[in-house]
Amino acid sequence: MKIVFIRRISQLFFLVLFLGFCVVSTLGTEWWQLRGWPVNWFLELDPLVAIGTLLTTQTLYAGLIWALATVVLTILFGRFFCGWVCPFGTLHQAIGYFWRRTTNFSQRIELNRHRPAQTLKYYVLIFLLSAAAGTTIARLTATVRGQPLIPALIVAACFIMAGLLAVLKVIPKVEKVGATLLALVAAWTGFALFLPVEHLLASSLQSGLLDPIPLLHRSVNLALLPLVDKATQAASLAARHYEQAWLIGTVFLAALFLNLVIPRFYCRFICPLGALLGVLSRYALWRVGKTKADCSMCMRCETDCEGACEPSGQIRSPECVLCMNCLRTCEDDVISYRAARSAAGEHASPDLTRRGFIVSIVSGLVTVPILRLSDALGLNWNPRLIRPPGALAEGDFLNRCIKCGQCMRICPTNIIQPAGPELGVEALWTPTLNFRIGTSGCQTNCVACGNICPTAAIRPITLDEKAGQNAFAARGPIRLGTAFVDQGRCLPWAMGTPCIVCQENCPVSPKAIYIREVFEPVRDLLPPVASADELSLDFGQPLFKPGRYSTGDFYCRAGAGEPRRIVDNTASGITIGSTRPWDAPPKPGQPAEILIRLQRPCVDPALCIGCGICEHECPVTGLRAIRVTAENESRSMKRTITP
Amino acid sequence: MSEAENTTRRDFLLRGAKAAAAIAAAGFAARTFRDPAGPPAVSRSEPLVGLPDFSIPEQAGKLAIATGANRVRTLRAAMDALGGMGKFVERGDRVILKINAGFSTPPILSATTHPDLVSEVVRLCLAAGASAVMVMDNPVNDPVSSFELSGIAGAARAAGAAVILPQANLFRPVTLPGGEFIREWPFFSLPLEGATKLIGLAPVKSHNRAGASMILKNWYGLLGGRRNVFHQDINGIVKELAQLVKPTLVILDGTTAMMTNGPTGGSLSDLKPTNTMIAGTDPVAADAFGATLLDMSADDLPYIAKAAAAGAGTANYELLNPIRIEA
Repeated sequence: MKIVFIRRISQLFFLVLFLGFCVVSTLGTEWWQLRGWPVNWFLELDPLVAIGTLLTTQTLYAGLIWALATVVLTILFGRFFCGWVCPFGTLHQAIGYFWRRTTNFSQRIELNRHRPAQTLKYYVLIFLLSAAAGTTIARLTATVRGQPLIPALIVAACFIMAGLLAVLKVIPKVEKVGATLLALVAAWTGFALFLPVEHLLASSLQSGLLDPIPLLHRSVNLALLPLVDKATQAASLAARHYEQAWLIGTVFLAALFLNLVIPRFYCRFICPLGALLGVLSRYALWRVGKTKADCSMCMRCETDCEGACEPSGQIRSPECVLCMNCLRTCEDDVISYRAARSAAGEHASPDLTRRGFIVSIVSGLVTVPILRLSDALGLNWNPRLIRPPGALAEGDFLNRCIKCGQCMRICPTNIIQPAGPELGVEALWTPTLNFRIGTSGCQTNCVACGNICPTAAIRPITLDEKAGQNAFAARGPIRLGTAFVDQGRCLPWAMGTPCIVCQENCPVSPKAIYIREVFEPVRDLLPPVASADELSLDFGQPLFKPGRYSTGDFYCRAGAGEPRRIVDNTASGITIGSTRPWDAPPKPGQPAEILIRLQRPCVDPALCIGCGICEHECPVTGLRAIRVTAENESRSMKRTITP
Repeated sequence: MSEAENTTRRDFLLRGAKAAAAIAAAGFAARTFRDPAGPPAVSRSEPLVGLPDFSIPEQAGKLAIATGANRVRTLRAAMDALGGMGKFVERGDRVILKINAGFSTPPILSATTHPDLVSEVVRLCLAAGASAVMVMDNPVNDPVSSFELSGIAGAARAAGAAVILPQANLFRPVTLPGGEFIREWPFFSLPLEGATKLIGLAPVKSHNRAGASMILKNWYGLLGGRRNVFHQDINGIVKELAQLVKPTLVILDGTTAMMTNGPTGGSLSDLKPTNTMIAGTDPVAADAFGATLLDMSADDLPYIAKAAAAGAGTANYELLNPIRIEA
C-alpha cells in the first residue's frame, strides 16, 4: 500500500470525524446527538489554542492537554497534522486536487514552487501570539518587582547555559544567543523596576480568527450546517439562524476558492497553526529529503507538492506538510522520509527577517492596549453585548474565547450569536445573546454552552449555580442582564391595550416582572346617561361597535361605587355582569365612563436574571417593548445597577 | 564508517537531543499549567476589610459650638474649647483632611469646604507637630477642576499640605463586616492606610436626596466606582459609611449654610449666613446639631438615627454637654 494512499485515508477519516462532531453537537436524545461525543477533540488537539490560552491565562484548561500530543508528534515527525489530520487542510487539498486534474506538469510545478510570501504566516503567528502575551509579560514583570533576585538568577543561569552549550558546541553562535538573552532579561528587569507595564499591557486572544480549526468549526457550525438543517430539518426542529453567517461564510468560501489561484493558499500563506507546527518541526527526527544530492532534476517532485517546500533543491523543512507526494512522483527514486537530512541540504527554519519579526511582535503587543483605549472594558462597555450564562468577566473572557462557535451550535434556542463588529473589534464573532432570533430566551434548566466551551471562556456551570440554589443560594442566580420596559412601546403602558405576555412568561419565581393595575378611561368620550336599569345603561345614540367592550377588560363607572365589569355592549349601551349590579341604577343625565383595566409590567431588578424570555415573547415584534441589556450581569460588579 | 555517515549520525543524535529537550519542556509546561477545573466564578484581588480606626478613645464624645461670622476665629475658638489641636494631632502624625471638594464651583457658592477653613486647619495641624498633612476627596465633577476652582488646592498647598487626587491606583476594595452595601466596593483608601490621623471637614448643605450633606454624607467622597447606585438607599449607605469611617476629629462649617438646591446650589440665594462652627469627635452629634442650622432636626435625617443605632455616635447632642462659645 502506497503511503500517499494511507495519507488520503487518514485525511478522509479525520474530515469525516470532524464533520461528524459538528453534526452531533446538537442537544437531543438521539444517538447521533450530544451523547458525550468528544466534539471538541480537534480544538483540543490544536496547539495554537493551547499556547494562546496559556499565554493569556497562564493555565491549560482541561482537554487542551491533548495539544501536547500534537506538539510531541510534530517535534518528532514534522507537520503531520497539516498533511494528515487537519480537516481544513484536507478541504484545501481536495479542491486543489480536483481542480487541477488536467493541469499540465509545468503549470503545476509553477503553482507549487516556493514563494517568499509564505513567510507571511509566521508573522501572522507572531502577531497573534504577541497580542495574547500581554498578561504573561505583565505577570513576569510584577514577579520581578516582588523578587529583584530573580533576574540576577536568570542572568546567571543564562551564562551557565551559554557556557555549557559553547563547550558542547550545540549552538554555533553562542555570543549572539547569549547577547539576545541578556538583552531580553535586561529589558524585562528594566521595565519591571522602572515602568509599571502591568497597567499598560493587556492581552486578547484573537488567534481564533485565523486558526484553521476554530475557523472551520465556526464556518461549519454557523454557515454550512444551518443550510443543511434548513434543507433537511434533521439536525434541529427549527431552522437555525446566525447574524454574522454572511461574513463567516464569505471568509470560509474565500479561503477555499483561493485554492483555485494557488493550491493550499491558506496553508501556505496565512495559516498561523501551520506556522507554529513548522517552527515546532525544526528538530524533527524524520524528514523528507533527497538521498542523493544529484538527480535528473525533472522537477516531478514539485508537481503535487502541497507545502510548496522545494523538495527538488534544498528542501524548506518548515513548509513541508508531509503529503509524501514527492516520494510517489520522483522518477529517480531519490526522495524519501528518513532520519538523515536531505543530501541536497535543507532550510531548517523559515526565512524571517529581523525587521519583520520585530514589527510583528511590537504591533501585536501594542494593538491590544491601543484597542483598550476605547475603554470598552471600563465605563464605555457595550450593554448590548450580553454574554451566555457562566461567561467570565469581559477581560478574562477575551483572554479565552477562540470564536469557534461551539456554544452557538449547541444552544438549543439558537439565541447565542456571533457578535458583529458593532459590538467591538475584539468581540468579533464571540458569543452574544440575541433574543429576537431563535425559539425562546435562555432556558433556566440549560447549561449546555458552558459545558461545551473548550477554553472555559464560558465556565462549565451546574444547574444549581445557574439557578442560585443549594450550595449557591447565598450568591443567587446568574444574571445575564436586566430587562427594561420601554414604556413608549409597551401596549398597556403606551397604547391602552391589555397584554402582559412578558409577565406571564417570566420564569423567575417569584416573578421578576410584576404588574401595576390601573383603570383608565377609554378614548371614546361619552354623552350623559340616557336611561339605565339594574344591569345596563344606555346613552340613547349609536356610539360604538356592538361587542367592542365585551372582552372582559372593560368597566363602567357611573355614579357612586366601584366600576362594574362590562359583559356586552350594543351600539348605544352597555350591560354589566349580573353578579354585581349597580348600587343604584344611574339616573338620566348623570355622567358615565368606560374604563379599561390595564396590567402594566414593571421589572424588579433585584429578581431579573436577564434570560430574555420576556423579550423573545413580546408581541411588539420589531423593536421589542421589553428588552434585555447587560446591566446588572453577575460577571461584573462594576455593572451593577442595584446596590 | 564513512565520514558522511558519521556526520549524519552525529546530526541525528544532536537533533534527537534537542527534540527530547523540546518535548520535555512542552511536557513540563503542560503539567505545570494544567488546570482541569477551570477558572473561578469571580477572580478577585484580596479585599481589605474595613478601614483603619483613627479615633482617640480619651477624646470620645467631645463637641464644641462656636458662633461668629469669621470662620477662622470660630474655628480657633472651638478648637481651644476642645483643648487645642494638640489633643488630636501629635508630633510626627501624618494627617489626612477629608474635605468636600465635590464640585468645580467657586468658594462663594459654599458647595465645597471653604479654602480659609482648609488652610487654618492645615496650619493648626502643622503647628501641633504633624509631619505631613494631606487633603483628599473623590469629587463628583472633574477632580482637578474641583480642587482648583473650589480654591482648596491653592489654600492647602499655600499652607503646606499636599493634595491627593483620586488616582485610579489609590483605590482598593473595602468591605464593612456585616454591611449590606459596602462589600468589596472600591474605596479611595490607600492614602488612609499610610496616615495616622483623619479629620473630616465639611460645609453644612441641604441635599435633595439625603436631606442634608454634612460630616457623615461627606464620607461618600471616599467611595469609588459607580457609587451613585447607593442613592437607591441613601440613608443605608450613609449609615454604613458612619460605621466604617472612624475619624480623629470632625469640623462642620456652618458659617454659611446652603438651604436649598443642594448639594450643588449654584446661586447666592440658596445660601444663608448661619454663623456657626462645630468641632468635635462625634460625627453623628455634629450632624444632628448641623441639622438645626438647616431648620431641620435630627429626626428629619433618617441616617442620623440609623448611624446612632449602629453605634457610630450620639443623635442627642445635648447629652454630650457641648461647649458653646462666641467668637
